Amino acid sequence: MNTPIFRAFAVPLTALMLIASLFILLRGHNAPGGGFIGGLVAAAAFALQAAAFGPKAVRRAVKVSPLSVAAFGLSAACVAGLFSALADMPFMTGLWIEPHLFGITVPLSTVMLFDAGVYLVVVGAVTAIALAVEEEEP
Amino acid sequence: MTSGATEATFAALVLPFLGAVVAPVLAGRFGARAAWGLAVLPALSFLHFCSLVPEIAGGAPVTGGYAWVPSYNLSFSWYLDGLSLTFALLVTGIGALIVLYAGGYLKGHVLQGRFLAFLFLFMGAMLGLVVSDSFLMLFIFWEMTSITSFLLIGFDHERRAARRAALQALVITGGGGLFLLAGLLLLWNVTDVTHMSLALPYGEALKASPYYLAVLLLVLMAAFTKSAQFPFHAWLPNAMEAPTPVSAYLHSATMVKAGIYLLMRLYPALGGTAAWEIILPVFGGLTLIVGAVMAVGESDLKRMLAYTTLASLGLLVLLLGAGGDDAVEAAVLYLMAHALFKGAFFMLAGILDHETGSRDITALGGLVSAMPLTFAITLAAALSMGGLPPFFGFLAKEEIYAALAGGNLRAILLTATVVLGNALMFAAAFVIALKPFLGARKPTPRAPHEAPILLWLAPAVLALAGLVAALLSPRFHALFSTPMASAVRAAPAPVEIGPMPHFGLPLLLSVVTILVGIGVWLLADRLRPAVALLVATLSPGPDAAFDEFIAGLLALARRVTRLTQPGRLHIYMTVMFATLAAALFVTPALYGEWPAWPRFAPLLPSEAMIFAVAVIGLGAVITARQRLTAIVALGIQGFAVAVIFVFYSAPDLAFTQFMVETLSVVILTLVMMRLRLSVVDRRAPRRRLVDGALALGGGFGLVLLTLKTLETPFDPALSLFFGQWSRVIAHGRNVVNVIIVDFRGTDTLGEIAVVTAAGLAVLALLRRRSTRRGKA
Amino acid sequence: MIEPWLAVLSGLFFSAGIYLLLAPHLLRALIGFALFGNAVNLLLFLSGRVTRDAPPIIGEAETALKAGAANPLPQALILTAIVISFSFFAFLLVLAWRAFRDLGAEEVDGLDRAEPRDRPAPPGGY
Repeated sequence: MNTPIFRAFAVPLTALMLIASLFILLRGHNAPGGGFIGGLVAAAAFALQAAAFGPKAVRRAVKVSPLSVAAFGLSAACVAGLFSALADMPFMTGLWIEPHLFGITVPLSTVMLFDAGVYLVVVGAVTAIALAVEEEEP
Repeated sequence: MTSGATEATFAALVLPFLGAVVAPVLAGRFGARAAWGLAVLPALSFLHFCSLVPEIAGGAPVTGGYAWVPSYNLSFSWYLDGLSLTFALLVTGIGALIVLYAGGYLKGHVLQGRFLAFLFLFMGAMLGLVVSDSFLMLFIFWEMTSITSFLLIGFDHERRAARRAALQALVITGGGGLFLLAGLLLLWNVTDVTHMSLALPYGEALKASPYYLAVLLLVLMAAFTKSAQFPFHAWLPNAMEAPTPVSAYLHSATMVKAGIYLLMRLYPALGGTAAWEIILPVFGGLTLIVGAVMAVGESDLKRMLAYTTLASLGLLVLLLGAGGDDAVEAAVLYLMAHALFKGAFFMLAGILDHETGSRDITALGGLVSAMPLTFAITLAAALSMGGLPPFFGFLAKEEIYAALAGGNLRAILLTATVVLGNALMFAAAFVIALKPFLGARKPTPRAPHEAPILLWLAPAVLALAGLVAALLSPRFHALFSTPMASAVRAAPAPVEIGPMPHFGLPLLLSVVTILVGIGVWLLADRLRPAVALLVATLSPGPDAAFDEFIAGLLALARRVTRLTQPGRLHIYMTVMFATLAAALFVTPALYGEWPAWPRFAPLLPSEAMIFAVAVIGLGAVITARQRLTAIVALGIQGFAVAVIFVFYSAPDLAFTQFMVETLSVVILTLVMMRLRLSVVDRRAPRRRLVDGALALGGGFGLVLLTLKTLETPFDPALSLFFGQWSRVIAHGRNVVNVIIVDFRGTDTLGEIAVVTAAGLAVLALLRRRSTRRGKA
Repeated sequence: MIEPWLAVLSGLFFSAGIYLLLAPHLLRALIGFALFGNAVNLLLFLSGRVTRDAPPIIGEAETALKAGAANPLPQALILTAIVISFSFFAFLLVLAWRAFRDLGAEEVDGLDRAEPRDRPAPPGGY
């Protein structure tokens, strides 16, 4: 797998997949996609990178431990659910605000935060599993 | 009754449990001296119940309580009439004395705090038991006394005999509690009330009910196991493994009386029928004779007392079943007398054991000079137990004979039984009271000296109470005996007997009893080996049967475990899938609900192709002989499923399935590069055939189930709801995603938590160093 | 009606899954588990009825899902189920790996450290 061609392709491919994964996450609410799928695509990107340059390289590049990304995502999802408590509504009630920034309407919502949490959990957990398996001595 | 009084009674009921909480702390800090402080708690309860005496003696029961589950008519409620009040006074009064005694008896023991905590727990349970009005409460406290008794008997758990005795008591009395539960449920069913005070007036209806005998037998099983009636008596002598305060408190004054309490409580509802008047005297009489004879054949002081307790309990059961109002009054008097003198007796035996180091009657003698006070108290207790005036035991015995004596055969038989039993108990009482103190001084393991006040105070108070109660008998009867007897009979039952002997048949019978008793006493040393031999010849008795029972139970459990848990995964899986297949075929066969033959619409070429790919993938997975083939085939069927999702309008699913299959193949390949697992099927052909049949059966069954499901009309309500509102209230056009992150967000939160946990678990599994490599 | 075909297909997935799960070999059982997951997903999918070429996505100009669009509910359930069974599959895989490395057993009957066949009976006395 460590052929130069594969390595040469791996870097742009990974970058492309990561960007695509974010795109999939963000458009998920209105078209096929969402946190689960986006997260899987991103995890696949990291797995590809690990296959090309080894898991150590991926860890160096990402800097944070994948599992703490998952934990962060889980916390974000919980927080997204708790926002509704501030508005005196049941847990997990979706809240939306639409501020006008620089002349464009940006819809922001707790649901989006929740979906981002899902994305981070899936990226983190699956990447952690893939890297751990690859690092393990035979 | 005012609400303040309700709270006070509640507090009185809770105080012992409070004691259980503070006892370990106080005992750890102040040692034996803590007993003085701790005894205040039951003493306060005692005083509270004393304050209720005038009201209850006036004929007005005190009730109170708190609703618990009103819709089920469950409540924490109490009902205090003469019967319950007398028991409550015994439990708290003797309880306070026992705490003092236990303080002295276990002085310096490292676990004294724990012991006192158990004792308080028992006290609270016993108190709750005797005041309970609600059936449920009665049952819970009943079992609680069994459990605390288990803890107390097994207190010295480093000895095997103590462990065995504790378990035996728990199995027998706790098992009896289950009969009580069944009996109470049946009683509830018949009378439709859940409270004792409401059930009692149903007596006549109950006795006419077809369930009467069942209720009676269930209740009797509970009472007989708890009150150690033959043949469930073996646990009581064995329970003497407990420290002496336990024997004095649980096994003479209180817990063993719980069965008697139950019989007295239910006397108005269940008593007086032919079945009642046959079963009770037979078992009571047998227990009386067995207990009294065994007492004479025993040389261990505590076991002797245990057997006389057995005899006394038998006597009480006999009296309750003898019929007639006088017999109930006699039972009431004897119960009170017994609680006083037997509690004292046990404590005195404990003193002897404690101060001399031996409780073998044949090894003790001439202690009167060293322990004069102990001797005096013992003598007082023995006089009461022997039924001599002017002690309370005499009143009880006179009343017993007055109630039983009669001209018919039944009366003569009962009287003879009781005379014999009483005579033997008389002998046993004086063997214990005189032998260790009189005669030649015998060497003992410890140099005997008088007991400290913590030890002698409690028996002295009890023995003195027996004397005072007899001397002030009119007053005592008015306050306690008459209300109690009236409560048992549910009718006024004035008790009038006094300590002055009156000439008549009862006195004559007393004289006969005493003469026979003296005879047995004189021959005691010679009779002991003879009785012991007789018992040995007759064994194995119920005690050995208990061992057989436990061994049989364990063997059965082992066999069942071996059968259901053979430890072979293949068997578990086979059973599981065979059950699945059976459930899928048997149910439609039973109800004739086979699905109709479905209409297979012609497939588009693209659909046919992808179905074929999926099937080929499956076949390749099953038949693969190399790992790589298997992994690739696994990927093929997965991608086929993804394409199916594409075809049938599920783009999100297709997308997810593609990613997951890719990652699965990648990770599986990574693992397989490191792990050389073979994929070759090495099952024997026959087993393959069986497994294959099972697999096809399960699969086909599920196809049938699915087809049947498809036949039923589809209810689109939920799907329509999501489609309707997804954009309007959740601002999303991808309905699937809106359901995941918004409508069913909490569910998704749980799911991503599982994904995180799986990641954690994988890391934990891989980071831990291999044990095998570590050892090598 | 396309559903009966799918029903048969999911039945075949179940059969293959059961057959592999019954095998004593770790790897076969693992693959069987994965097949079982797909079978359940298919079953769930078609019990919500299937529709061709009408994804459950509301059109730009509409406020509600068109009549005749695919049923979104089973899809939402299956989507999370796919991800969960994947992570569980990965966990099982690694567990099998560990078991093989530590116990040296390739077949499930060798994994009996928790329930050894010749374990002496627990003490039966008091």
